[in-house]
Amino acid sequence: MNDTLPSPTPRDDLAVDATGLVKTFGRPGSSVFRAVDGVDLQVVRGEVFGVLGPNGAGKTTMLSMLATLLPIDGGRASIFGVDVVDQPHRVRQLLGVTGQYASVDENLTATENLVLFARLLGHRWPAARTIAADLLERFGLTEAATRQIKNFSGGMRRRLDLAASLISRPPLIFLDEPTTGLDPRTRGQMWDTIRELVAQGSTILLTTQYLDEADQLADRIAVIDAGRKVAEGTPEELKAGVGSSTLHLRLTDRTQTAAAAAVVERALGEAPVLTPEAGGLNVPLANADGAGDVLIALRQAELSITTATVRQPTLDEVFLALTGHHSEPTENDHQNDHETEEVA
Amino acid sequence: MTAVTESPQAPPAVRAAVVPEDLASRPSLRETVDQTLAMAWRATKKMRRNPEQFFDVTIQPLLFTAMFAYIFGGAISGSVKDYLPLIIPGILAQTALTTCMAMGTQLREDMDKGVFDRFRSLPIARIAPLAGPALADVIRYTIAATLTILVGIAMGYRPGGGVLGTLGGWLLTIVAAWSLAWIFTWLGTVARSAQAVQGISMMIMFPLTFLSNAFVPAESLPGWLEAFVKVNPVSHVVTACRDLINEGQVTAEVGWALLGCAAVVAIFAPLAVRSYSRKL
Repeated sequence: MNDTLPSPTPRDDLAVDATGLVKTFGRPGSSVFRAVDGVDLQVVRGEVFGVLGPNGAGKTTMLSMLATLLPIDGGRASIFGVDVVDQPHRVRQLLGVTGQYASVDENLTATENLVLFARLLGHRWPAARTIAADLLERFGLTEAATRQIKNFSGGMRRRLDLAASLISRPPLIFLDEPTTGLDPRTRGQMWDTIRELVAQGSTILLTTQYLDEADQLADRIAVIDAGRKVAEGTPEELKAGVGSSTLHLRLTDRTQTAAAAAVVERALGEAPVLTPEAGGLNVPLANADGAGDVLIALRQAELSITTATVRQPTLDEVFLALTGHHSEPTENDHQNDHETEEVA
Repeated sequence: MTAVTESPQAPPAVRAAVVPEDLASRPSLRETVDQTLAMAWRATKKMRRNPEQFFDVTIQPLLFTAMFAYIFGGAISGSVKDYLPLIIPGILAQTALTTCMAMGTQLREDMDKGVFDRFRSLPIARIAPLAGPALADVIRYTIAATLTILVGIAMGYRPGGGVLGTLGGWLLTIVAAWSLAWIFTWLGTVARSAQAVQGISMMIMFPLTFLSNAFVPAESLPGWLEAFVKVNPVSHVVTACRDLINEGQVTAEVGWALLGCAAVVAIFAPLAVRSYSRKL
């Protein structure tokens, strides 16, 4: 995927190069909130880079700074070697931004929206109309072309929004939570569209709250928590820390939790994570087949269970593994305390 | 990965080869004009879908002209007919102010919408999203100014300046409205909510129109008030309109009015662009 542009020197192959990005909100002296707190980000040309984090982690703020929408309070950033602070107009010519909330005009029709953006980008009227018609067809919106956006469904808005970002054929595309709030089917369509863009050689910086989305689309992932980068790597590397799936067990007798944990550790060579509710165990598995071994071991140890579920690790579990706390702050802080020790 | 579907556009990778140094570092004047026209086109589309934007510019000239003329006419000038040459240019200036006031509220509401995020992320002149609606708003000023003059004529007003003089006053009203709109545009970019813009606009509009010579001769006022009325730019626009429409003369007042308009634009347009560029 990275073979589209051979790089003479290491730094030349970067689409996004940010070091020590900082964004603070609030006045100095009073409670200053560091929304982004010294993040480094290097995105190689032609790759899909995923920024994974919970709500409020600072993902959108970071993207807004890189897209010249927010002033940068600290650190520096460049897009294809162009400094974001010094050359905002040049940076904007290299970027397509698709926002978390569709940034299209509610009062205009789909065609009018695309024609407007094409006109703003310097296309003459006839060319603007052709571009609009082509994009609407490509995104399956031809039938809705003359409808006002306020009558569009969430999925249609997102698609139109993405279409609008492609008018200038930008070499770098920012996708801010492209599928948040979409139903599974529309989400799948969006993923296909994004994969098409990748196949054409676009560099994509994507933010998401969903591990599976980052897993499906991204070549590399940075995990952001409370404005800081807590991990970076390929999806495989990140998931190695939590296993590719998780076996969740609940014991009939909660007093046997420790005994069960010992049995599991013997069976897999790795300690399970105790869940907040008593009598529960989360067992990270390298692959789902390992679940059988665990169940057999428990049976042989005559430990009875009420439920056993195998599923993909959630973002929360990746978080727990990486940061030692849950992705969403919980009311019961003591939970975090006792879980911190479980994670190496 | 999924199969690549043929796209009507060239692959974006083509652009990736672009050397960033080849990109313009700022939009050219021509691009700025084009972008402003595109934004004006957007504003006219919006107007067509929200015809209530035309209520104020159609009803207000009808209502205010008749109302002020019949209420104050007898008291100030002896008769309604004698008052018309005084009041019509006054109403024109007042209409210019009240119709351009809507600029700020509308811009503020508009800026809260998602589409402005896209405008900010596009490589376009920062003034285009502000100048576009201002240009489209000229349609509204034209309707208001035309209707005010027509209502006056229907009530028996016979402008002494003839057709040319009347056209001159009409044009000056539109120019003044467009210029003053930049004050409200700036307000729209600095205020936190549309309601705030509305409130502040009212506070500016009332003293400017009523503490002017729009409705009464300045000489009839106490000295301190007369002093303010004489420096009020609205007074200059009103006097200039009277000179044009009633006398058919291009007097120094016309020059002062135009200079005042130019000064307002020169101060508030850059301020508006600056605070717009800074806003999240």
